[in-house]
Amino acid sequence: MAEIYFTKDHEWIKVEDNIGVVGITAYASEQLGDIVFVELPEEGITAEIGKDIAVVESVKAASEVYSPVSGTITKSNEDLNSTPEIVNEDPVGKGWFYEIEISNNDELSGLMSEEEYQKHIGD
Amino acid sequence: MKNSNKGLNHDEPILFEIGGVDKSGVDLNKPTFKENFIGECFEDREIGLPGLSEPESIRHYVRLSRKNYSIDAGLYPLGSCTMKHNPRLNEKLARLKGFSEVHPLQPLSTCQGALELIDEISIWLKELTGMKAVTMTPKAGAQGELCGMLAIKKAIEARNECNRTKVLVPDSAHGTNPATAAFLGFDVVTIKSDKNGRLNFDDFKENVDKDFAAAMITNPNTCGLFEDDIIEIANYIHDAGGYLYCDGANFNALVGKVRPGDLGIDAMHINLHKTFSTPHGGGGPGSGPVVFSDILKDFCPAPLLKKDEENYYLVENHNDKDIDKSFGRLCVFHGQMGMFVRALSYMMSHGSDGLRQVSEDAVLNANYIKSSLEGILTPAYEGYCMHEVLFNDDFLSGTGVETIDFAKALIDKGYHPMTIYFPLVVHGALLVEPTETESKNSIDQFIETIRELASKTQDGEDFFKKAPIYTPIRRLDETKAARNPVLRWQKNDVIAAE
Repeated sequence: MAEIYFTKDHEWIKVEDNIGVVGITAYASEQLGDIVFVELPEEGITAEIGKDIAVVESVKAASEVYSPVSGTITKSNEDLNSTPEIVNEDPVGKGWFYEIEISNNDELSGLMSEEEYQKHIGD
Repeated sequence: MKNSNKGLNHDEPILFEIGGVDKSGVDLNKPTFKENFIGECFEDREIGLPGLSEPESIRHYVRLSRKNYSIDAGLYPLGSCTMKHNPRLNEKLARLKGFSEVHPLQPLSTCQGALELIDEISIWLKELTGMKAVTMTPKAGAQGELCGMLAIKKAIEARNECNRTKVLVPDSAHGTNPATAAFLGFDVVTIKSDKNGRLNFDDFKENVDKDFAAAMITNPNTCGLFEDDIIEIANYIHDAGGYLYCDGANFNALVGKVRPGDLGIDAMHINLHKTFSTPHGGGGPGSGPVVFSDILKDFCPAPLLKKDEENYYLVENHNDKDIDKSFGRLCVFHGQMGMFVRALSYMMSHGSDGLRQVSEDAVLNANYIKSSLEGILTPAYEGYCMHEVLFNDDFLSGTGVETIDFAKALIDKGYHPMTIYFPLVVHGALLVEPTETESKNSIDQFIETIRELASKTQDGEDFFKKAPIYTPIRRLDETKAARNPVLRWQKNDVIAAE
């Protein structure tokens, strides 16, 4: 059963064993407005916790996406190259950014639960 | 052909749609080329250039020019970022033959006057900024940033401290700051702004470590606020062995009042168009001289302009002891001569007291707008602002109207919109810079228009979502344009036939 965690910078990560799937939250995609371009990490590169790993660009702004955990990128969502709008349509589903092999599951304890995240954006 | 003319505001197709290959506006003899000098590359075929009559082509360009909302037509709340008033005296002087026809390759003995002018403006810039050296060559603000950071990089190398790779940039910075640092191979770390819109000094200190190279700070920052802690920040940076680069884009709020050299800044570019009123945007080119502090002056780029007893000359050889520490050459020639003439004309016609008043008036005008719109729009930060005033979109909350809609409605009221959605640290930002040249009457009209629009937001979103109404082309689909950009006009029927 996959667990979902959130960062204060509005990324989510769904984790099953040591594999995580990362994307941006519905709140982030609403705030950005229509997303027009996503720059994804290449497979095989190493991600570091809290460091920028992808870029998301909307009609309003370009923002960096920070990796919620450290690890190795195992897959990127190629669909976003031609149809970035799926990030707006289904941010926590089909609009995922990349899959990562997590190097240290302990890092997950520093992330927020869904409830904590809802409280975070409510503030 | 569809007609989207509105009143006397004409829609204008492109030349290929107006003219036809079967038409010609001029009576030319059929060319008879017998020989050519490009051998096999020569091709003899129709290239499909449109023919237009003289009135057709004149109308085309006149109509296009009438689409251009400009500072000469009305108040421009985008401010000096895009264009502020260019005094006509500058234009007159820039057209003097000795300046307008000077060529960068002509012998130096024949252009001593031009070199003297470059020397004179250098003195003004050093005096106004309290800095030790200046390079006039950078072609724009962004290239000026590159120039300043190259000098910092070179200075770090000279100290054999190449481990210093970290550059701190506030989250309200212009995008060019982190881009410049990243381009030079530095690692960029973003520093969050505090609740007052200033750089968070505590967060800043936490990020200064042994890898720290430099910080790039804009002052006043993009929120239109003076960084109150700038001297403490500069001291902290120098104690840590780093350098302070200042993005001088907003120097027009400080000129004559504050000297960046006194604040501990090591390098800063000056956008001549913003502070010293040279044209840019469509009327450019830009020009971004960079001033350097004592500890960086040896690293600034070649050439160096010097004078012996009689003549000005350029030090260009990198073995010359005057420039042997320089990071090298940034540009082929000496800079934007036409802009130097205009900027110096502006400086000399204002004098030091006049330049101080430029800053004062710019700041006064922005604060007049801020206080007049208090309770109508929602200022992003409390207290006085500098030369520009930043609002957030709290005043639109619950109305269904968004910042973009408000901006579009302003077009129907005869104003170019202000900067919107920048800086990113403020939600739904609206940034207004009236500049120093607007009269009270003109600013009052603008304020009245904003008041009227703001009160309309209570009547629902329809009016705003439909705007603009009075433009030949209505609301553009920015999303579609970004997702499927069409960058080249193609004749549809030709594409279909191929």
